[in-house]
Amino acid sequence: MSDQNRAAQKDNSMVIQKEMIAAHYERLERAPETKEPVVYTFVPGNLTELIRSFGCLPVLPEINALQSGMRGKSRDYIAEAEKHGHSEDVCTYVKCDIGMVLAGNIGPTGTKLPKPDLLLLSYTGCYTFMKWFELLREQYDCPCVFLHVPYQGDGVIEPEHREYMIKQLRDEVIPALEKVSGRKYDEEALRERLQLSAEAEDDLVWVLQSAKNKPSPIDAYFGAVYYVGPIFSSFRGTEEGVAYYKALRREVQERLDAGLGPVAPGGPVTDEKYRLVVEGPPNWTHFREFWQMFADEGAVVVASTYSKVGGTYDFGFRHDPDDPLGTLGDYCGGCYTNINLPGRIDMLCNYLKEYEADGFLINSVKSCNSFSAGQLMILREVEKRTGLPGGFIESDLVDPRYFSAANIKNRLESYIQMVDARRQRGAVA
Amino acid sequence: MKRSQIVDWATAIYEDLDFSTVHAWLDEAPGRKAAAYLPVYAPREIIHACGMLPVGIHGTGGIEIIRGDAFYQSYICHLPRSVVELAQSGRLDMLSAVLFPSTCDVIRNLSGMWQVMYPDMYVRYLDLPQVADPKLGAEFWKRELNVVRRDLGEVSGIEATEDRLRASVALYNEVRSVIRELYTARRETPWRVPSEELYLLLRAGEVVAPEFFMEQARAYLGVIEQCDDRIKDRTRVLIAGAFCEQPPLGLIKTIERAGCYIVDDDFLAGNRFMIGDVPDAEDPAAAMAETFVTGAIKTSVLYEPDPAGKRNLMKTRAAAAGADGVIFAAPSFCDPALLDRPMLREGAEAAGIPCIAFKYAENSGQFQQFREQAGTFADSIKLWGDA
Ligand code: SF4
Ligand code: SF4
Repeated sequence: MSDQNRAAQKDNSMVIQKEMIAAHYERLERAPETKEPVVYTFVPGNLTELIRSFGCLPVLPEINALQSGMRGKSRDYIAEAEKHGHSEDVCTYVKCDIGMVLAGNIGPTGTKLPKPDLLLLSYTGCYTFMKWFELLREQYDCPCVFLHVPYQGDGVIEPEHREYMIKQLRDEVIPALEKVSGRKYDEEALRERLQLSAEAEDDLVWVLQSAKNKPSPIDAYFGAVYYVGPIFSSFRGTEEGVAYYKALRREVQERLDAGLGPVAPGGPVTDEKYRLVVEGPPNWTHFREFWQMFADEGAVVVASTYSKVGGTYDFGFRHDPDDPLGTLGDYCGGCYTNINLPGRIDMLCNYLKEYEADGFLINSVKSCNSFSAGQLMILREVEKRTGLPGGFIESDLVDPRYFSAANIKNRLESYIQMVDARRQRGAVA
Repeated sequence: MKRSQIVDWATAIYEDLDFSTVHAWLDEAPGRKAAAYLPVYAPREIIHACGMLPVGIHGTGGIEIIRGDAFYQSYICHLPRSVVELAQSGRLDMLSAVLFPSTCDVIRNLSGMWQVMYPDMYVRYLDLPQVADPKLGAEFWKRELNVVRRDLGEVSGIEATEDRLRASVALYNEVRSVIRELYTARRETPWRVPSEELYLLLRAGEVVAPEFFMEQARAYLGVIEQCDDRIKDRTRVLIAGAFCEQPPLGLIKTIERAGCYIVDDDFLAGNRFMIGDVPDAEDPAAAMAETFVTGAIKTSVLYEPDPAGKRNLMKTRAAAAGADGVIFAAPSFCDPALLDRPMLREGAEAAGIPCIAFKYAENSGQFQQFREQAGTFADSIKLWGDA
């Protein structure tokens, strides 16, 4: 296959995704006329199948924030929020979103975002979510329904916690959706959507696990943020979602068959020198630059925890149409940031082994206590358990003031030297 | 007892980072155990009913952090690094259990760090009930309470029977009632109850047996009754946001010396988390759960189901305390306090309540800037008040 063909192939899933997202935002823009109710919710613990089963359209403010970061708009939005009294110390996603609302609520694709008819506060894995929607409720003066997802403090979803979530879904969330949509809860419609989710999830897992191959056909961090886009945002439980993941899987299969590595912003990574695991979200304001720093070193990320933030599927969980509300509870409880630190450490150790990685890097973002608090201990613990080198980088999600390219490059280079030194020692021993 | 004796007693406990009073309590009888909790709210009744000493861990104030900084990035608040400092220096070795309430993600994640670093200690993350439906919330919270009750009973070897728990509930109702009296006394006669003293007393109450705390607190109430200090020309303020990482004592003193009377605050808010008493009931855990979901204070660590709740909170609290202004004092990098602040401040200002805001860390050592801010604030309120 020629490079041109490969590029065309690669672009295919990207094109599909771009079209899906653009169509979704256009539909959202028309929502005030079409009267399709709009439900804002969060990526971890999103109940997209349920929302859509009521004919409602989901909006994910985190996605808007990260897109604003990628499109160079977050600096001004954050400044606007800080001008309105929001502290420089708190999550920049929140400030980016509030700033966007204050600036007229034009979404990342340039279309106007509709006001929410309902805020579905799925309180999953992040304290800030609670404040974020309390803040948005002030802006929009709309109802807010709360779903309390207990944290896996003891490393499991306790059966009583599952029951508690099911009750809340039945007694609080569903009635709220019935009210805004004017429709009755239709369990059959939900089951159908959950079936579609499971299909897409199978393909997503296959794609992510393709990184076990050498060379890996994908980058499971920088590349994966695109792959998880549809399933983490508005397209779980949709036909479009299923079609996207089928196309993506085909594409990755072709790359695998051809023995190709991932394509970084500056071109294909032809020589996979280092296989890394990454913990923590990426920086979005300098995303391409950040990725390219890895690619320039021949470093490919073979597994990441961030790609599990909207759902952890690679350890077997799939949405189960036979248990519609229970499965939604399991899904929420299993999202990455809802897993306790020992569980996160186990996951990283597992990835390092299963993906035969050379080491791991933590990108610690200033915004996010949910991810970041405890990462230095995670670093030491994973190094201790695996004997593999760990590195630590600091940046932020969407505040460009906290991205220092020189500093990050330096740290990455030193880290790579550490991996080399470890390899040499290993070769001598 | 003299006021100075009580204050000296409380100060000595506050300054003692080796927790000598806890050791003394443990040594008093063989087999005794202590269980700690982090801010903001933990059900101390359960710990007590299991025969253990409840110990509040509220950081270290200003001591030098040697080990704790290696665990936290610069953009995370100070509290967890000082708690880790205490633990890593062996000062918490006497504990058999630690409870981590769902105050924020930093404390939540610290529970996981504890599980990894101190595998022999009982650790429980306490997910406070957040739902608006009291029935659902109470059912959930009752179960959580009973899990802790069962587990701590196993740790201590003393089962928290219904009778024991009822007795502990009654005891902590008394504690709450004494604390309410102290707060009322300060609100009504702040010139008799300097906040620094009130704070020290409550802080001591976090690490001594409740019976002993009440003795001291009642003695203090008796002393202030007799106090004939005269009211000074100061501005009455409410301090909001300092519920977890505690402000340095110097900051509390500075605010009052700059011309303010603190008439309400969030310091050690876990003490006053439940507004009323827990009723004496056949099922004490159920009674605790119901009281929590129906009668907890409004705070940043719980979801606010009332859309107007945030906007009205400062107005309501300032009116209840007779405060003329609000000082938002939050720890740097504190998500709950800082994310809430714009909503609370907007509501206060819309109600015509003057506000200022600043950030501190428990180890802040320079108070000049706070003095100037608080002084100017107090003066300007007096001026407006006269206008
Ligand atoms: S604190 Fe972290 S998880 Fe929470 S909204 Fe911000 S970035 Fe997301
Ligand atoms: S000070 Fe604030 S951010 Fe820090 S642990 Fe306490 S509540 Fe959490």
